[in-house]
Amino acid sequence: MSILVDGNTKVLCQGITGSAGAFHTKGCLDYGTKMVGGVTPGKGGQKDANGLPIFDTVADAVKATGARATMIFVPPPFAADSILEAAAAGIEVVCAITEGIPVQDMVRTRAALRDFPKTTLIGPNCPGVITPGWRVSGEGPTAKFAGGCKIGIMPGYIHTHRKDASTGKAVGIISRSGTLTYEAVWQTSQRGIGQSTCVGIGGDPVRGFGFIDALQLFNNDPDTDGVIMIGEIGGNDETLAGDWIKANMRKPVVAFIAGRTAPPGKRMGHAGAIIGGADDTAQAKIESLRRNGIAVADSPADLGSSMMKALSLTGQPVGAR
Amino acid sequence: MKIHEYQARQLLADAGIPVPQGAMVETVEAAVAETKRILASGQALVVIKAQVHAGGRGKAGFVKLVKTAEEAETAARFMLTNRMVSPQTPPEGLKVTRLLVAAGVDIAREIYVAILVDRERRTNTLIASKEGGVEIETVAAKNPAAILKEPLDPIRGLEAWQARKMAFALGLDGKLNAQAVDLFLKLAKLFKESDASLVEINPLVVTPPTDEHPEGRVLAIDAKFNFDDNALFRQKKVSAMFDPTEENAAELEANRFGLSYVALNGNIGCLVNGAGLAMSTMDIIKLHGGEPANFLDVGGSASEEAVTQAFRIILSDAAVKGILVNIFGGIMQCDKIARAIVGSAKTVGFKVPLVVRLEGTNVGEARAILDAARRDIPGMQTATDLTDAAKKVCAAVA
Repeated sequence: MSILVDGNTKVLCQGITGSAGAFHTKGCLDYGTKMVGGVTPGKGGQKDANGLPIFDTVADAVKATGARATMIFVPPPFAADSILEAAAAGIEVVCAITEGIPVQDMVRTRAALRDFPKTTLIGPNCPGVITPGWRVSGEGPTAKFAGGCKIGIMPGYIHTHRKDASTGKAVGIISRSGTLTYEAVWQTSQRGIGQSTCVGIGGDPVRGFGFIDALQLFNNDPDTDGVIMIGEIGGNDETLAGDWIKANMRKPVVAFIAGRTAPPGKRMGHAGAIIGGADDTAQAKIESLRRNGIAVADSPADLGSSMMKALSLTGQPVGAR
Repeated sequence: MKIHEYQARQLLADAGIPVPQGAMVETVEAAVAETKRILASGQALVVIKAQVHAGGRGKAGFVKLVKTAEEAETAARFMLTNRMVSPQTPPEGLKVTRLLVAAGVDIAREIYVAILVDRERRTNTLIASKEGGVEIETVAAKNPAAILKEPLDPIRGLEAWQARKMAFALGLDGKLNAQAVDLFLKLAKLFKESDASLVEINPLVVTPPTDEHPEGRVLAIDAKFNFDDNALFRQKKVSAMFDPTEENAAELEANRFGLSYVALNGNIGCLVNGAGLAMSTMDIIKLHGGEPANFLDVGGSASEEAVTQAFRIILSDAAVKGILVNIFGGIMQCDKIARAIVGSAKTVGFKVPLVVRLEGTNVGEARAILDAARRDIPGMQTATDLTDAAKKVCAAVA
């Protein structure tokens, strides 16, 4: 079990002929994801470098392949349109990797998605979603995996399936930041904790899938033993998630909030990472989470050890696999 | 992206929103000429305002009301020859090159109006308060009930009934109501069409009754805009208003190379991939007693050249006494960073201690490259994990 996607999920790539789309389609295929085709308007009927069929429209691609998920690498001016095209074609999980989509496009797109209740938008400006597979051969970056589904740009090999985890435990990870998610994955894998599913919800101010959406799914997923939630400055999603956790969550949650040292009014890389007032500072979010009884790691280096503690596990890091 | 007040006035005027007459000037002579023109049109008061993004102008003496051309000359000369120092400027102050000269307005009432993106509701929201002329944060702290909010439908935008409801709630009746409704609708249209992330009119004023306007007029006196950087590609008019002299030169230089850089006040330079990890790296430095000198995200697929440039920018800050490189290689390959470090040691030179923490893709090759270069980069230490890295760099600058 897992959330959102699993080893049977058939996946498309919108923008498959662009350099990023092509590169990461190969990366996903190498990880074992069931990539079934791509979309680039005007190139329908051709094949990509991996022999995958290319379609003019998402509707054509869905009809021919039965895909239920997509990853979008379309450039920012056209990306919001691609999200809605995927939703209208009946795609259930839409991962918008594209960084730099105008906020007003996302305001409009979020509202338009109300017409497509079966569609979950992840992102934009995110690394995507991964349900790790189990290792079948090799070590490190060249290891081979089976039964997993990687949709996006994260390095697959750092993830650990429960079967390969020495503690026998697996946690869900949800984060606004890409590399910080990798950090959490790495630290848990090092300690023999696997991951059920990791979702990067993205760094933009207006996005799809949020912390509470993920927490709800993880709460009900029998294969998730705990959750690591990684937030940052800007907005109040973490505070709302903390209230939700206190009222509903049956599994341990470890949180981290990036940006304690960020100056107010400055955009820190992510479009959404900007302190606008007293309530969206890292300190305010940390205090609010702690008031709700949630363990918040002071250091980004303590994500793995805090999760060990939360799961009542003891022991030392097992070292690199 | 931010713009100047005189540019904001121009955008409002172009959208059909009434603003007092006035012009931007760059010399004392032009300021005097504009003052004379406004006084000749029958106005008794003229306001001269320095055009800088930083706030605190009034207290610093960079906003002046004048009644004669002579007073205008004195005020303009002061502003154009002295640096403006306020709590929002660097200690050395800012050079002022542009002034707004505008008609002073008789004021019966001051109102606050803004439109912004409400992240929680995921839509644009019209915000207003009867308490204009003061900072909205002050109102929010003292009397939150005084702040009125009207969410805009994400697709339909602001509707006339909402604008009417807001105007009545602000106590704008009779003919003033129609004026305010017209203004709110035009403002909402401008907000959306210009890809703004914030527009604030503070104050929006109601003038006392005159023969010409027996119920008074609604006028926008001061306006502030922020724009969505992601949308500038389709906002030519707004992009053209960009003033590079208002920005940190190193931050602009970094942008040219696809780097995201923010200068801070500490002495430990940071080079990191990913915004979240870059922020966390600053945090962990602080946690171990150090002070970060900057935020720097090299991005997921930076070239060796961009990384070299990043080192150049970090080292251009004379306060930097040590550098922490923190890379979690996902798509970014660690060996590429290692090569860039070795290359930068030759082209840029590291005169300060360097602590390198690499993890992830191709880390083995990267470590071999750094080991081989140890003799050429004597100030370099490698770290086994984040905590070790933070401790080492803090110790190195202590």
